[in-house]
Amino acid sequence: MRERSYTLAAALAAALTLTAPALAQKQYGPGVTDTEIKIGNTMPYSGPASAYGTIGRAEAAYFRMINDQGGINGRKINFISLDDGYSPPKTVEQVRKLVEQENVLLVFQPLGTPSNTAIHKYMNAKKVPQLFVATGATKWGDPQHFPWTMGWQPSYQAEARIYAKYLLQTKPDAKIAVLYQNDDYGKDYLKGLKDGLGDKAAKMIVAEASYEVTDPTVDSQIVSLQGSGADVFFNVATPKFAAQAIRKAYDIGWHPLQLLNNVSISVGSVLTPAGLEKSIGIITADYRKDPADPQCDNDPAMKEWRAFMAKYYPEGDVKDNSNLYGYTVAMTLAQVLKQCGDNLTRENVMKEAAHLDMSPGTLQPGVKITTSPTDFFPIKQMRLQKFDGKAWVPFGEAIGS
Amino acid sequence: MSATSEPGRAIAAAGEAGAARRAWRGAGLALLLLAAVLLPFLVSSYHAFQLTLALAYAIALLGLNMLTGYNGQISLGHGAFYAIGAYIAAILMTQFDWPYWATIPVAGLVCLVAGFLFGLPALRLEGLYLALATFALAVATPQLLKYKHLEDWTGGVQGIVITKPDPPFGLPISQDQWLYLFTLAVAVLMFVLAHNLLRGRIGRAIVAIRDHPVAAETMGIDNAIYKSLTFGVSALYTGVAGALGAIAVQFVAPDSFNVFLSISFLVGVVVGGLASISGAVYGALFIQFVPNIADDISKAAPWAIYGVFLIACMYLMPRGVAGFVQSAAARLPWRETKKG
Repeated sequence: MRERSYTLAAALAAALTLTAPALAQKQYGPGVTDTEIKIGNTMPYSGPASAYGTIGRAEAAYFRMINDQGGINGRKINFISLDDGYSPPKTVEQVRKLVEQENVLLVFQPLGTPSNTAIHKYMNAKKVPQLFVATGATKWGDPQHFPWTMGWQPSYQAEARIYAKYLLQTKPDAKIAVLYQNDDYGKDYLKGLKDGLGDKAAKMIVAEASYEVTDPTVDSQIVSLQGSGADVFFNVATPKFAAQAIRKAYDIGWHPLQLLNNVSISVGSVLTPAGLEKSIGIITADYRKDPADPQCDNDPAMKEWRAFMAKYYPEGDVKDNSNLYGYTVAMTLAQVLKQCGDNLTRENVMKEAAHLDMSPGTLQPGVKITTSPTDFFPIKQMRLQKFDGKAWVPFGEAIGS
Repeated sequence: MSATSEPGRAIAAAGEAGAARRAWRGAGLALLLLAAVLLPFLVSSYHAFQLTLALAYAIALLGLNMLTGYNGQISLGHGAFYAIGAYIAAILMTQFDWPYWATIPVAGLVCLVAGFLFGLPALRLEGLYLALATFALAVATPQLLKYKHLEDWTGGVQGIVITKPDPPFGLPISQDQWLYLFTLAVAVLMFVLAHNLLRGRIGRAIVAIRDHPVAAETMGIDNAIYKSLTFGVSALYTGVAGALGAIAVQFVAPDSFNVFLSISFLVGVVVGGLASISGAVYGALFIQFVPNIADDISKAAPWAIYGVFLIACMYLMPRGVAGFVQSAAARLPWRETKKG
């Protein structure tokens, strides 16, 4: 495919003019010189979501490492990361600054669903790559309508489809009860589960209960879900509510197979407050390796990651999987730029981003990053893991959505 | 001082000097306006966009200044009216295909009513108690916008994306330049109206209520109705600003209108200068640009730098930028000779 377009371009160039050497010449978009590539980014370094700011710092550290190693094809990365305070109007302002003032080649990893929604149209009208956005919504993989925007992590729907697949394989007569947050995030999961179960969804899902973020507890929802006689409990809740749900289910003597969404995977902020012994046996899915898992100690990729953290981001928490996330997504961008060679136009960046096939060692075995011109969902597999009272223990193969 | 409020008598008393001063002032304002019109053609479209936002903030600050500066009621909740204005513009444009300019008066009117209704019970609250009641409004706003029964209108957490308007009549200017000029026109209109309102009988009544409510009542001013109306008009200004801001940003979402926005408005009013019309412009420039300057100075602690700026402003210019400019201008030597 690519070969052919090169030949075509070569034939065209040769036919039209005598500047055949121009082919070998470098092609640069905005923000690129022989020595530098400018990359823009926005992150919530302040404001309500500032805990995620560490992702931006890990990415900046990764690019520092790349630069120390001589850059990408001889060009240093100039990573300009601005604070948007998780406020969409501020994201618009900062992204316009990056595109119109700093003249960046592309905008990488803006964080947050509302923030990315705010710049979605702008980026596509301006034809500036909005690459590997840091949100789990499903709408970022739509190359037909938004060819300049691409997600990275598995979408909420994809994750839910993975649980559906697992249930169909291992527990085809399951009676499923779902607790979900009543917003786009919760509904995305519910839709994914139903899509994954297909015709059997109506029969298998025996109860659904939703809660509002403003609710004080989800106790009454759990009681009513138990009353449905379900033997599988799908917990689609943010950390505080997920912990309440796990604790309440245990306390009222309801012991179904529990599936917990990846959003609330944190042992420290979910399972510990819920009670570690009450959380034994819960199943979730992840695409990353767990940096807190002692099993990873001898893993070469994880050793490399620890060395990186020690040298380039020593103030960061080596057990925080947000840092591992930043490290791996920055690695993905580095791969795209490497593939671009000396053709660093915005068009070519999107073209190469849509021709990825890599398996970073920081992801679970079997989880790959693959894209194509019609597939803008880089990560599609996850691996299931079970909580043993101390840590998440992965089991089985990676499952694709 | 009273030259503008009672022109007839003042001119008679001060003679030609007064007329000359007014002419100078008029010429100065005209020059300033000309500069403002030319500005978007001299800077990049990104800066034109920032200036458009600053103009929208200036209108909001003017509204809040009427309430806080002139009438003495503290509001920590004007972000809510800004949000209402923004959402009205967004909903009318996306769901009812209204042209952007037609949404502005509707946003203003809805906020006038909302502000008036909120002002009625708030009458019983004075000073800090009113500040707390309005603070509650600001805290509640983002969550109310996410309320599920309103979701069909507000788009829930996802918000609403607006299409940026094109310049009319095929004018050969960019969308950003046009939007700036449009916002500038609305801002000039709103400032002229505010000037007329505040320098007239109503304005004196509003100030009298702030300075001495009992005396004002004795003079025959209906405190209750004036205070509620001030609240309403103040909300109207903020709503118009919200609509303009939303059109410029092309997006509204609950997270855009958090408590910090309301606090920023109060900061802008105080930094710009309480009870001063021009102060709204200075305050708007402060809240629009100082966070960016702070971010440029230190990536690690931008809000600490912001705090330093704020303290420095309050220390060096206790009456706000407008007060500082006024007293500096009064000391200019040529000003003295003009008077004599």
